[in-house]
Amino acid sequence: MNPWFSVKKQKYVFIYSCLLIPLLFFAAIRLLPMLYSFYVGFHEWDLLSSEQTLVGMDNYTALFKDDVFVQSLSNTAVYVLVGVPGQMALGLTIALLLHRIIRWRTLFRTIYFIPFVTSVVAVSWVFRWMLMPNGIVNHMLISIGVDPQLLLGSPTQAIYLVIAAMIWQGIGFQMLIFLTGLQQIPRMYVDAASIDGANAWQRFVHISLPLLRPVLVFSVIIGSIDYLQSFTQVMNMTTGGPLNSTISVVLYIYELAFKQFNLGLASAATVILFGFILLLSLLQLKLLNRKMDY
Amino acid sequence: MVKYAARGDRSIVEETRPVAVIGSRILTWLNYVMLTGGAVVMLFPFVWMIATSLKYTEDTFTLQLIPSRVTWQHYVDLFGSTAFGNWALNSFIVAAITTVSVSFFGTLVGYILAKFTFAGKAFIFTVILSTLMIPTEMLIIPWYFMSAQLGWVDSYWGVLFPGVISAFGIFMMKQFMDSVPQDLLDAARIDGMGEWGIFQRVVLPLVRPAIATLCILTFLGNWNSFIWPLIIIQSPELLTIPVGLAFLSSELKDSSSWVLIMTGAAVSVLPLIAVFLVFQKQIVRGIAMTGMK
Repeated sequence: MNPWFSVKKQKYVFIYSCLLIPLLFFAAIRLLPMLYSFYVGFHEWDLLSSEQTLVGMDNYTALFKDDVFVQSLSNTAVYVLVGVPGQMALGLTIALLLHRIIRWRTLFRTIYFIPFVTSVVAVSWVFRWMLMPNGIVNHMLISIGVDPQLLLGSPTQAIYLVIAAMIWQGIGFQMLIFLTGLQQIPRMYVDAASIDGANAWQRFVHISLPLLRPVLVFSVIIGSIDYLQSFTQVMNMTTGGPLNSTISVVLYIYELAFKQFNLGLASAATVILFGFILLLSLLQLKLLNRKMDY
Repeated sequence: MVKYAARGDRSIVEETRPVAVIGSRILTWLNYVMLTGGAVVMLFPFVWMIATSLKYTEDTFTLQLIPSRVTWQHYVDLFGSTAFGNWALNSFIVAAITTVSVSFFGTLVGYILAKFTFAGKAFIFTVILSTLMIPTEMLIIPWYFMSAQLGWVDSYWGVLFPGVISAFGIFMMKQFMDSVPQDLLDAARIDGMGEWGIFQRVVLPLVRPAIATLCILTFLGNWNSFIWPLIIIQSPELLTIPVGLAFLSSELKDSSSWVLIMTGAAVSVLPLIAVFLVFQKQIVRGIAMTGMK
């Protein structure tokens, strides 16, 4: 090694040369495009023409006057408000059931986790096939004496069926997070409570649930961000129909940008979506930084 | 109970204990029954998918869970009469390149952020992490515009470029790198090893399991990605499996084509399940590790 090329210098050359490409990447592929979306949101821009006209907040006011956008917002609220609690309740139930058993725990965990690793598109089409008017689900309904339903063809049922498919796919992840959380609760707290005469329900409400709080907060936020961005299942199971009853904000953004070529409106809608996600992320930082007292 | 027993009140001991034991046995039973019921619900769509793919076309709408007669013809058709083979190859190439790139940069940057102190470190880490908050939907319009300007539309590079470095990968590797003992690195430095040599010969062997985890997660994620390939690829022969499957499904409108769609779904899902079963330990650990922070 050359004497003038000190160890310290070599270290800094190493650090900054390794960081150079990643930093350029994050600037060019993440940060600048994000800022560009803010910029486009204030302009009227048709993908086919190169002209961008500054229109200020017009895109935003136009969006809120657009019935389809408002519908997509309220649908997305349903995705989040039904999907997240549903997924968490079921995930927690399965985790608690798994936590109680020893034999076959790994086998069950594997089975519940499988849907999470499989392709969303493929699985959406399988659900669509099962939910056909003359598909297996209606056949099962008939065999237990229920009238056949419109299912994905019904403006009232479709959204809940799409949510069911999302929950089915996400439940394995949820279960794993809760199971890890439960396993980290020191055994002695639970034992101490049992000795003091607390029954299973009391132990759950007063010991496990409060100690799971960080995991629960994490799940609510991550789940909300996930369901806010509902797209793939909606696109493949219903394409937003019937009568826009399942259209999500992201699906509408996709249609605005790549079907109607209205990039200004689409970008403004992504800014609104980003606002929600930012809010949730900040909330998470705030809630999780609070110290936990055992 | 011990108190009663000591007093010689044996009846209470004998009556309450069996009841408690039976109660917890019933509960355990119920536990297994519920878990099994849930497992059936989780597996049923896959079973139905495979059953459909093996039926003769004219049997498609028969509701047999186990087909009375079985044919592999649809698997032959899928690769013979659609571009499915191409799509699988495209998916593989894109996922493989992304995986190599993400794990390389993730390991390197994760190492630097975990084991060095330098000006701007906290800022750089915060910037990288905060990019995780930006929803992909917000980026696809600028990415598309950029690709159109640079001639990247409808190419492998066009599909790949947004994902070659991942903030998640960096974050995950940093978590693992934190546990690499600093003394080991200092010892190597005193022995006169260069920084690059330390990274290659001291650090990499220590975090190999973590890299394996990151590779598997990245590969699975890429194999399944949908919205960006959907936008950037236009030629049917360049599609990846998920987009190809959606394309196939919209092309085939009559209901007899459901068999082919289910066959395509089976071919895209079964390798993933196999990969998961083989690498389950790494996948579960990776998720538990990054998900819990």
